[in-house]
Amino acid sequence: MMDWFVELWQAVPLGVQTVVIILLQIIAIVLPLMLCVAYLTYAERKVIGAMQIRMGPNRVGFFGHRLWGLGQPIADAVKLMFKEIVIPAGANRGLFLLAPVLSIGPALAAWAVVPFDAHLVLADIDAGLLYVLAVTSIGVYGVIIAGWASNSKYALLGAMRSGAQIVSYEIAMGFALVGVLMAGGSLNLGSIVRAQEGGVLHWFWIPLLPLFVIYFVSAVAETNRAPFDVAEGESEIVAGFHVEYSGMAFAVFFLAEYANMILVSGLTAIMFLGGWLSPLQGLLPESAFGVPVIGALLGDGIHWFIIKTAFFLFLFLWFRATFPRYRYDQIMRLGWKIFIPITIVWLLVVGVMILAGLPPWFDGA
Amino acid sequence: MLENYLPILIFILVGLAVGGMMIMLGFILAPNRPDSEKLSPYECGFEAFEDARMKFDVRYYLVAILFIIFDLEIAFLFPWAIVLKEIGWFGFIAMSLFLGILVIGFIYEWKKGALEWE
Repeated sequence: MMDWFVELWQAVPLGVQTVVIILLQIIAIVLPLMLCVAYLTYAERKVIGAMQIRMGPNRVGFFGHRLWGLGQPIADAVKLMFKEIVIPAGANRGLFLLAPVLSIGPALAAWAVVPFDAHLVLADIDAGLLYVLAVTSIGVYGVIIAGWASNSKYALLGAMRSGAQIVSYEIAMGFALVGVLMAGGSLNLGSIVRAQEGGVLHWFWIPLLPLFVIYFVSAVAETNRAPFDVAEGESEIVAGFHVEYSGMAFAVFFLAEYANMILVSGLTAIMFLGGWLSPLQGLLPESAFGVPVIGALLGDGIHWFIIKTAFFLFLFLWFRATFPRYRYDQIMRLGWKIFIPITIVWLLVVGVMILAGLPPWFDGA
Repeated sequence: MLENYLPILIFILVGLAVGGMMIMLGFILAPNRPDSEKLSPYECGFEAFEDARMKFDVRYYLVAILFIIFDLEIAFLFPWAIVLKEIGWFGFIAMSLFLGILVIGFIYEWKKGALEWE
């Protein structure tokens, strides 16, 4: 059986081999990501439940065992799969179905350049951050097209609000990215992480603290999460731009939102908290990292990246449980009148810090 | 160099295909029994009485225009940020002047009330 596979493999042309290998690598990223999205919805309900002294979902398990409700996301997915997709009579059918695809496509595609580990990255390109900025900007098209194509008042209003909010915060995010670029001296996400080597005090979150906070808060606004979720404000415009969506078409929007949450959490971890780097570097003696198993756990690796990403995801859930919704004018004021001036000023501060060679971050090279 | 971008192209296609396939799956598995009530746009139980493509506030356009200016500027800052260490203080001061001019425009639009929402 094995021989047959090897022979078949050698028979296909080289170009096809490359494509197949890339496809397998992509599947190795997308499948765990989808699983994370599914269980992020579960974690969200559990965490917010715990914060409100409730149980959260605890009934749906596997094979007759409840298992703390771990089967819930699977059951939700199956339910959505068998629900009718209603396309309103007045809607533009093509655009209506294109919109969810446009929002999930970029949310997944951006993962191509994310370095999980020193060597674990699908496409180690030099324009990594530029690519991320470009691809994540496409997400807003999904929102606007969905609102327009639905031909429903709530959907249109929700899409306009959501679109204006997303582009406003994208500016603050972009300025924060420029700060990271100045500090890291490269567009390659891997190089940005390597520029932060040397333990928790060498990471960029200290010299770029205002940018770090602004980036993460803008990320919450970008993904339309509470407390910036006026686009979905249940109490006024029902569900915003996806009010007319049902069944799998709605599920795709939902997946895209959660995939985006994971993406921005991962990016924040990479750019400000040193990605896969271990926080213990420089704190422990060098010999501690040589100890088998424990040394590998204490040293750099993908597990630190996952822990940092999970921390930011937890913040997303925590925000939702804690803060009441902002008013729309407050959101726009925060984005334009507070975040943009702060980022512009801090870019100049970062420039001075770099040119003055402020240790321990900018004294090398 | 360029072959590094092949995985990205494939990933974008896969990302779009994932979305497309899931919606297709929904159409295949789910029932489809439309009626005129179900297909009418949602309006809190009322019958929809006019087209939804109505007028909306001009400020959304204003935000979009301002966004283009600032986004272009970010794209302009990207290459400068990377080579900052090589171009040194001269480059820094040049960009400070540029940012200063931009900030004057920003102050103008702030005073004009383009950023007000009430």
